[in-house]
Amino acid sequence: MDWMIEVDGLVKKFGHLTAVDGVSFNVPKGQVLGFLGPNGAGKSTTMKMITGFMTPTAGTVRVAGHDVDEDPIAAKAKIGYLPEGAPAYPDMTPIGFLNFIADVRGLDAPTRRRRLDYVIANVHLEAVLRQPIETLSKGFKRRVGLAQAILHDPPVLVLDEPTDGLDPNQKHEVRGLIADMAKEKAIVISTHILEEVDAVCSRAMIIADGRIVADGTPAELESQSPYHNAVLIECQNDGVAEALRAMAGVTLVDELPGGRFRAYPSAGQSIVADVADLIKQQNWSTSRLSVEQPRLDEVFRNITGAKDTNNKAGNGNRGEAA
Amino acid sequence: MASTWAVFRRELKGYFNTPLAYIFIVIFLFLTGIFTFYMGSFFIRGQADLKPFFNFHPWLYLFLVPAIAMRLWAEERKSGSIELLLTLPMSLWSTVVGKFLAAWVFIGIALSLTFPMWLTVSYLGQPDHGVIVASYIGSMLMAGGYLAIGACISAATKNQVIAFVISVVVCFLFTVSGAPIVLDFFAAWAPQPLLDAVASFSFLTHFNAIQNGVIDARDLIYFISLILFWLFANLLIVDLKKAS
Repeated sequence: MDWMIEVDGLVKKFGHLTAVDGVSFNVPKGQVLGFLGPNGAGKSTTMKMITGFMTPTAGTVRVAGHDVDEDPIAAKAKIGYLPEGAPAYPDMTPIGFLNFIADVRGLDAPTRRRRLDYVIANVHLEAVLRQPIETLSKGFKRRVGLAQAILHDPPVLVLDEPTDGLDPNQKHEVRGLIADMAKEKAIVISTHILEEVDAVCSRAMIIADGRIVADGTPAELESQSPYHNAVLIECQNDGVAEALRAMAGVTLVDELPGGRFRAYPSAGQSIVADVADLIKQQNWSTSRLSVEQPRLDEVFRNITGAKDTNNKAGNGNRGEAA
Repeated sequence: MASTWAVFRRELKGYFNTPLAYIFIVIFLFLTGIFTFYMGSFFIRGQADLKPFFNFHPWLYLFLVPAIAMRLWAEERKSGSIELLLTLPMSLWSTVVGKFLAAWVFIGIALSLTFPMWLTVSYLGQPDHGVIVASYIGSMLMAGGYLAIGACISAATKNQVIAFVISVVVCFLFTVSGAPIVLDFFAAWAPQPLLDAVASFSFLTHFNAIQNGVIDARDLIYFISLILFWLFANLLIVDLKKAS
C-alpha cells in the first residue's frame, strides 16, 4: 500500500520524562486517523514530530516518501498543519496571513487565487478577512488556522484539535470539510471529543502515556466496550436475574432500579435472540428489550482511565444511558 | 530565496501594522536631534560636518536596537507562531535572514529619515559629502551588529524584557570593549595580544575609523563577520530550542 505517513519507533524524551514511547503506525491516502488520549498522553508531541517541529529522540517519520529529518523542506511542503491552539500572527489580517503562507509555499498567481477563493468560502472567512486576527473570536482564529493548513491543498493534513473552541454548528461544518477532503488525503486529527471520531474518522487510535494502547476502526474499538452486545430488559416478574444468570453465554447480570436488568454476554457474542426466547418461554411481561449501544468514551475510560476505580462493567452506573 | 523574501515582507509590514514603527522612528529622530544639537554642540563647533550627529549613534543604538530586536523571536515563541513558522517548507537560514533583514531595513528607514541633518549642514557650509556617506554606511553596519546580537538573544527566551536587558548588556560590552572600563579588567593579567584582540572587538574602534571617511576592508570584514557569526548562533539556538 502507498503510505502517506510512515511513523516508525518514534520516541521523544524531555529529560527524564518520556512523552512518546515507541509509537509506530502508517496512514494511507483516504484515511482519517483520529488520535485519542488523555491530556499529556503524547498526541501533540507525536504531531509535532510528524510535522518536523520537534526532532525525535529516536525513530523516523516519512511523509509522502520524504524523511522529515533528512529532507524536511520536501516533507513539510506535503503537509498542512494546524498546531495546537491555532497560533497565527495577531497583528495581521486573515487575508494578509493567508497571502504570507501562499508566498512561503510558493503558490503561483492562478493557483493562489483559486485556492484563496476555495478556502475563504469553505472555511467562511469572508466576514473577517480584513480584521486583525487578534480581534477575532476563538472560533474564527481556529478557522484561520484551518484555512492556512489546507491552503496549498496538501496530500497530508495534521490537525491538532481542529474543532476546539467552535460552537456546535461550526464543529459540524469543520467536520463536513474534513469529510469532504478525506478521500483525497491522509488526515491525522487529535481530539478529545469522542463523538468526533464517530463523525469523521475511519480509524481511531488511543494513546496513553506515550504508547498506542488501542488501534482500529471506531466500530472495532466500540466492540471492546463492556456494553458491547449487552441486553437490557425491563420486566416486573420475579426470578428474572436468576434465570438470566443461568443462561449459557451470560457472564454477568446487573439489577438496575425500576425492574430493569442488564445481561452481559461472554466474549462479545450476541445474546439478544436467546434472551427473547427466554422471555417467551418464561412468559414474562416485558415492557422493554434492547441491545445496548456501546460508546467510545466507555472504551476510552476503560483503557486509559484511572486503574484504581472499579471500571469493570458490574457496577451498573450507566443508569439511563440505554 | 522566495521564502526569505516572504518572511522579510511580512516582518517589515508587521512593524507598520502596529504603532511600534512610528513610535520608534519619532523617538529615534527626537533623540538624534537632542544629541546632535545640545550635547554635540553642533552649532558651537562651527564646523560643517556631522560628527556630533554620528558620534552618539553607538549609544543610541545600544538601547534602541535591542528594543527592535527583542521581539524578533521571543514574540514568536510566546504566541506559539514559531511552531507555524518552523513547519513551513523553508530553511531555517532563510527565516533567520529574512527576519534580520526586515529589522535592519526598518532601522535603515529610521536612519534615512535623518536626512534633514545632512541638508542642514549642506545649507550652512560645505561638508565633505564622502565622509557623511561613509558615516551613514558605518552607522548602518554598526546597527546591523547590534541587531544580530539582539536577534540571537531574542531567540533564547520567550520573555521580551529578558531579551532586551541581556541584549543591552552584551551590546554594551561590544561597544566599550576598547574603553578602559573593560580593558582595565584584562590589563592586570592578560598578555598584550589578548588585550589588543579585546580592544579590536569594539564597535567604537571600527565605527570611528569609518567615520573618518575611509571604509577600510578590515572594518567592513569586522562588521560583516560579526553579523554572520551572531546570525549563525541565532540559527543554532532556534534549532536547538525548538525541541523544548
